[in-house]
Amino acid sequence: MSNYSYIVWIPLLPLAIFLVLGIFGKKYFKNTSGIIGTLALLASTVISFIAAHQYFFVDGKVNGVYQKIIAFKYTWLAFSPNVSIDMGIIIDPISIMMLVVVTFVSLMVHVFSLGYMKGEVRFATYYAFLSLFTFSMLGLVLSSNLFQVYMFWELVGVSSFLLIGYYFDKPSAVAASKKAFIVTRFADLGFLIGILILAFYSGTLDINTLIERLTAVQSTHFTSIATAGFLGVSMLTWGLTLIFIGGAGKSAMFPLHIWLPDAMEGPTPVSALIHAATMVVAGVYLVARLFPVFSMDASVLTIVTYVGAFSALLAAVIACTQTDIKRVLAYSTMSQIGYMMFALGVSKQVGENGLGFMASMFHLFTHAFFKSLLFLGAGAVIHFVHSNEMKDMGGLRKLMPITHIAFLIACLAIAGIPPFAGFFSKEEILMAAFHSNKIIYGVALFTAALTAFYMFRLYFSIFWSKESHHHNSHGEGTVSMKLPLIILACCAVGVGFIPFSHFVTADGSALETHTDMLFSIAPVTLTILAILLAAAMYKNENDKPAKAAAAFGALYKAASRKFYMDELYLFITKKIIFPLIGRPVAWVDKNIVDGLMNLLATITAKMSVLIKGLQSGKVQSYALYFFGGIAALAVLFIYLWK
Amino acid sequence: MLTDFFILLKQELVITVIIFLLLFIKLGKDRSNETILNWINLFLFINLVAGFFGSQEGILFSEMFHTNKLVVLEKNILNLAMLLISMQSYSWLKMHKHVIEFYLLLLSTLLGMFFMISSGNLLMFYLGLELSTIPLAAAANFDLDKRRSSEAAMKMIISSAFSSALLLFGISIVYGVSGTLVFSELSLHLVADPLHLFAFILLISGFAFKISAVPFHLWTADVYEGAPVAVTSYLSVVSKAAVLFVFVSVLYTVFKPLATVWYNILFVLSLATIIIGNLFALRQNNFKRFLAFSSIAQVGFILIGISGSSQAGMASVIYFILIYVFSNLAAFGVVSLVSAITGKENIDDYKAFYSTNPLLSWILTIALFSLAGVPPTAGFFGKFFLLMAGAAKGNYWLIGIAALNMVVSFYYYLRVVKAMFMDSNEEPISKLSIPILPKLALYICVIGIIVTGLLSWVYDHIFSLSSGI
Repeated sequence: MSNYSYIVWIPLLPLAIFLVLGIFGKKYFKNTSGIIGTLALLASTVISFIAAHQYFFVDGKVNGVYQKIIAFKYTWLAFSPNVSIDMGIIIDPISIMMLVVVTFVSLMVHVFSLGYMKGEVRFATYYAFLSLFTFSMLGLVLSSNLFQVYMFWELVGVSSFLLIGYYFDKPSAVAASKKAFIVTRFADLGFLIGILILAFYSGTLDINTLIERLTAVQSTHFTSIATAGFLGVSMLTWGLTLIFIGGAGKSAMFPLHIWLPDAMEGPTPVSALIHAATMVVAGVYLVARLFPVFSMDASVLTIVTYVGAFSALLAAVIACTQTDIKRVLAYSTMSQIGYMMFALGVSKQVGENGLGFMASMFHLFTHAFFKSLLFLGAGAVIHFVHSNEMKDMGGLRKLMPITHIAFLIACLAIAGIPPFAGFFSKEEILMAAFHSNKIIYGVALFTAALTAFYMFRLYFSIFWSKESHHHNSHGEGTVSMKLPLIILACCAVGVGFIPFSHFVTADGSALETHTDMLFSIAPVTLTILAILLAAAMYKNENDKPAKAAAAFGALYKAASRKFYMDELYLFITKKIIFPLIGRPVAWVDKNIVDGLMNLLATITAKMSVLIKGLQSGKVQSYALYFFGGIAALAVLFIYLWK
Repeated sequence: MLTDFFILLKQELVITVIIFLLLFIKLGKDRSNETILNWINLFLFINLVAGFFGSQEGILFSEMFHTNKLVVLEKNILNLAMLLISMQSYSWLKMHKHVIEFYLLLLSTLLGMFFMISSGNLLMFYLGLELSTIPLAAAANFDLDKRRSSEAAMKMIISSAFSSALLLFGISIVYGVSGTLVFSELSLHLVADPLHLFAFILLISGFAFKISAVPFHLWTADVYEGAPVAVTSYLSVVSKAAVLFVFVSVLYTVFKPLATVWYNILFVLSLATIIIGNLFALRQNNFKRFLAFSSIAQVGFILIGISGSSQAGMASVIYFILIYVFSNLAAFGVVSLVSAITGKENIDDYKAFYSTNPLLSWILTIALFSLAGVPPTAGFFGKFFLLMAGAAKGNYWLIGIAALNMVVSFYYYLRVVKAMFMDSNEEPISKLSIPILPKLALYICVIGIIVTGLLSWVYDHIFSLSSGI
């Protein structure tokens, strides 16, 4: 087994940068902090690529199966003789993949921010926070111990809180960061209890040992956790469900998604990092990390499947009604993560049946590129027009040619048009769903069409529709803003061709996937129809039809000639789907789901006022309560509760 | 025999010597407050260092007094807290007319606590408890020109009288039914019949009063608010810690036969304490009151750890108390500085605190995060271990509700942080110049908050000294 200990440097470099910039940034590196942070992250990225190369192509494989390697381990806190908390680094296909994704996207965001955040007063602080976030995310990905996962999990929460609330003089940003933090804290609570349960029954916090003990059906650990019950449900189900709740909170799954749209108050590059590629997929990563244990309990996987599928559909419907471009992207992220979740849910641990696992990871991988591209593109647009609202945009394709092309590529990728990256991963997910659950497959197919529709609604509203009233005074942005767009656009085209199933699978051995042309016909046709519909609705008549025709060829002509069809579509969507389905769903989301959370807070506050009377300030009444307390305890424990 | 006496009693003896030294200084010629305070802090430092040398197990005065390594460690924690509080109240005491008296009172209570921790007999325990309470009530009155301070002292002494009377009633019943007060013999006589249980409940309420567990907590907020900040932090840290130390060891040894009963009692008390403490803390505006209720909630968590009744349970309780000393004193340290210099004690006054006092804001933030249990501060490890120890009993309702309350508590701690960093204020607290001693104390606390959690040997050491049922 060869040496991977150099991997330690990947998270340590951003940590060092955080410390340096956090402490000395304001004084000494006021203008250079961006460059310093970017260079350090470049080094991390390079090391990740080296590690990925070494693992995937040199020595990660033993007998055709990728091994789990513990690169580094240090016993840190020994809670009791049996349970200890270690600090370690785990290397397996998914952690290596996440390493590459996190460092690469983070690097792109670092570069992009050089131009985007230029001139901010707290420039150094921004880079310090960005480094802290990258460090925590990398730490989370590499953790070999559940407790360590939890530590970094919380650290990710704290640093994202700092980043979302970066514009702390803006009240909405402050409220949003607080909301994000508190909602995810609730979910983390589930995670913590879940960890306690699993650790208690397996007698360990070490992930590998835990998986080993809880997947051996004959072992005492497994029998004890599977037979012990609480409220009629086994402790295994409880523990895993609670852990899934933790993951659902970070990954914005229904009903814990309410923080995500509000979190868009943060700087846009931050959204590209946190809400596209890294933090929001932490939940998916967590389920994938513990997947062998999850696969022992079919009921939890069913929960994962349905929560994922429902979130995917719900978010897609809501995305169609949003007018703030970042919110559209936020809901689309939620929808795509829903895809990853249900793909995990329909998967099995070994062999052919592990298609869902591999598809989920594949989608996580490709999604990271095109979604961060979308966010960065949106950032460039917002930078240009100084607004988040679609109505303030339009006709920007000439003024921002590079952003336009990059955004178009990303839209095609997320819509799943071959040969862009999203097509490949989405096909695998649909395939996995098709083979295990036809309902889920239907939902996924419909959602795919919706995705294409709202993404191209966004695209046409920004870059086409009306003629732009903006002047090309300050250009499209600096080189540092364009470069990441170009690089990510190349990735959004190219990464789909990676034979992913050879590298990342549930059991480590390569999985042969068959690309079935016939299977792809249905989703691709639906997607194209949805794009055409979006084009008909949002690409204004005033535009030169020739250009549109050139862009979409014969298909578009056919659609545009059938004008009454457009009217019909318009009628159905605008008069029926939007007001009768989209808006109510959005309303329920905003008022009922959000309201429930608010209600919890209100109840707590009300209770607090109710018991105020106890604290009267009179010593006599205190004495009374004192005696009362003793009497109550005496009655309770001497006579009632023996 | 005589050397044994000196070695086993060394911590008590050092404190007694300091008390006498202070009396002599008081009788001697007038010195400036600064000089006196520097001397006292030096004494307290020596006292702390002396505690680390030569710990030995042993029994004195026919089982009235016993000591071992764990007891010495517990006393060292109290000594440390005493020193930190003394350093922090420098600004306030500098302007006070009766500095030496203040220390005489506090050191007497510390001596009482030491005897209480070392007690091997209910009588000794009672004496120690009283010695640690009555001077404190006098100390609570130490803002001599403030009426609220006198009110606090009155409320404290009257409430303590209730609890002492009932405690004494409990002890006499115990003596009546078992014929002994010695701890080692008591455990052989205890059975779960109604009379024993009644006496036991009286004893437990005495403890619950001191650690301000709900419903015996009502005096806490008023006293904390009225008393000077130094006394408040002493009450909330040292006084509580001492009683908790005794509580856990007494439950684990003397009351071992009644383990199922006290497990259930702890279950009820801890739930009530966490929930009520949190609900009250939510709506406080006075910072001292806020910390009072938050510390009530913290005690609830400690009770959960105690209910684990294992070696890990005891270790996690002592570990948490050490962390609690650092976190709470860091918070109180900042509050005491602000209060001594500006007289402001409301949370609203802390709006935009960051714009004028970034260092103090960060210290307070770290302290509050540790109290809230946010990783990677030590407070998180402390709470995690407490819950883990409690979870070993398999009562997931308790653990679930407790963990839920961690989130609620998070909300109100964050409220303070938000006020400091994000709210605007037309007249923020002006830039404070911090004297060297309080600054040093704050630094020690912050280092403690970070290091105690990250260094594994702290917990390992405590674990090796602890024992379960």
